[in-house]
Amino acid sequence: MTSAMDITRAVNPPRAVFVNFPLGHQTGKPHQPVLQRQIVADAMRAFESIERPGTTVELPYIWDANDRGWEDSDYTEGFLPERPPKEDADAIEAERRARFAGGK
Amino acid sequence: MPVDYIPRTRELYKAYDHYRWVVNNDTPPWTPLKKPIAQCRVALMGSGGILYRDQPRFHREDTSYRLIPKSAVQADLEVWHFGYRTEDAASDHNCVFPLAAMRELEAAGTIGEFMDPAYSFMGGVYSSRKVREELAPRIADELQRAHADAFYLVPA
Repeated sequence: MTSAMDITRAVNPPRAVFVNFPLGHQTGKPHQPVLQRQIVADAMRAFESIERPGTTVELPYIWDANDRGWEDSDYTEGFLPERPPKEDADAIEAERRARFAGGK
Repeated sequence: MPVDYIPRTRELYKAYDHYRWVVNNDTPPWTPLKKPIAQCRVALMGSGGILYRDQPRFHREDTSYRLIPKSAVQADLEVWHFGYRTEDAASDHNCVFPLAAMRELEAAGTIGEFMDPAYSFMGGVYSSRKVREELAPRIADELQRAHADAFYLVPA
C-alpha cells in the first residue's frame, strides 16, 4: 500500500497499490469501514491482477472533492508530532501497562 | 496530483546530514502468486507504530516488531510513532492497520485466510541498512515458517 508515489517509484517494490490520501490514511478515513474495506479489497485483488514486477495500481478514491488543500500542507513544516521527553513517554507507557495488567 | 514527498521529507529532515533515499533501479524481485488470492494465506504488517495492550513502545531506530492478534479491537491498540500525524490512526487504527477489513475479507472469502498474528513496527527507522539487514530478514523468515502465501505491507 502507498500514498507516496514518488517514494514508491524510487523504492520500486514488486507490487504497489496507490491511494492519494494524506499520510496516515493508507487504508482509508477513520470510522469509514466501507471505504476501508474497499481499499483493502482492491489491494487484495492487485495480488492477482499485477503481472509485471514494479507495477503500481492507482485507486480512484478522492480524499475531498471540494478541498485539495491537504496536498499543499501534508508533510510540511510543523507537520510532525512532537516526541515527548523520555519521562513523559515512560509515564504514558506505565499508565498503559497498568491499564492492561492482568490480561484484562 | 500525487504529492511529491521526497522534497518535503528532505526539508523536514534537513537536520539529518546524511539522509539518503532508497533507490532501487533493478527489476524488483518477483514471486508469482501460486494460487487465487481467495485460497491464499495473507499476512498483514503495518509500519504505523501500532501497539497491543501492554506491549513496550517503539524507540528511535527501532527495528523490532510486535505481534498483534488479528482479533484485536480499538480498545486494545495504541499508536506510538512521531513520523506522521497519528490522531486519526489513534482514533481508528484501521486507517493504517486494517484489521477489521482483513477480517471481513476473510469472512467473505475474498482471501483464503487472514493470518494470525498480524505484525506491527514503527517505520521511523532512518537507516535503510538496518531495515535491510535486521528487520526485513527476520520478518521474511517468520513469514516463510508460517507458510504465508502473500504479504500485505501498509505504511503510515
